Amino acid sequence: MPIPAFDDDGDRKVTIILSKGSLEDAYAALIMANSALGEGMEVHLFFTFWGLDLITEKKIDHMGVTPVGNLSMGMPQAVAPMPGMASVATKMMKRKIEGLDVPPLREFLEMVHDSGGAFWACRMTADMMELEMSDFVDGVKDIVSAADMFNLAEGGNILFI
Amino acid sequence: MTTMTFANVDIAVDEEGFFLDPSVWTEEIATELAAAIGIDELTEDHWTVIKFAREDFAAHGETPTLRRVSTGSGVPTKALFELFPKKPAKKFAYVSGLPKPKGCV
Repeated sequence: MPIPAFDDDGDRKVTIILSKGSLEDAYAALIMANSALGEGMEVHLFFTFWGLDLITEKKIDHMGVTPVGNLSMGMPQAVAPMPGMASVATKMMKRKIEGLDVPPLREFLEMVHDSGGAFWACRMTADMMELEMSDFVDGVKDIVSAADMFNLAEGGNILFI
Repeated sequence: MTTMTFANVDIAVDEEGFFLDPSVWTEEIATELAAAIGIDELTEDHWTVIKFAREDFAAHGETPTLRRVSTGSGVPTKALFELFPKKPAKKFAYVSGLPKPKGCV
């Protein structure tokens, strides 16, 4: 008699390291975090280098994509660095994402937090960029070192973006 | 295809246990489904979610995702994880007699 075995997976965990600051990388991290949380997994997000933009209050609303160096976007590279191109590409990408009912980054980040995701900022990057807890959005647990991150990740999988 | 019996009703389910035909669901069955997956009591908030999910399914032909349920039913994400622990989207779909949600968010 099949009853879904919802609670049979044991205690799965994943730690997602986000090191990039582009819109598509931020979405990759959040979508995977959200899916893992929806499967009952423990999820940690470790934001380092440009990934810190996603949790930095002044930066999160200004993340975008650039066609420069991105051969997948189908734009001739000579055109890609021209003024306005990044903005056009970003607007198009955001429209497509919205069309799938996927929320904007800030709202998505909150959703991942409310679903139980733990947010950690990288100590070295924070020092380098002179950022403190007060510079981050609500919900960031602490500024920790890579060693701390490995301890948090112990026993689970690690994804590097 | 297998048949399960809940509240004296025979229900065709897939190999995981999800309903093949959402229309045979009743509220009485929901209580038994919930108990089968470890939810001992369906509170008012549970029913709000279930009701929204079924209405949304009827209107759109697919099971709403977690985000759609939280924005549409007014029950926030955090509460959804409390009402349907660990796998909220799959659990509310199951208790509502609906297929597993397909969307990512």
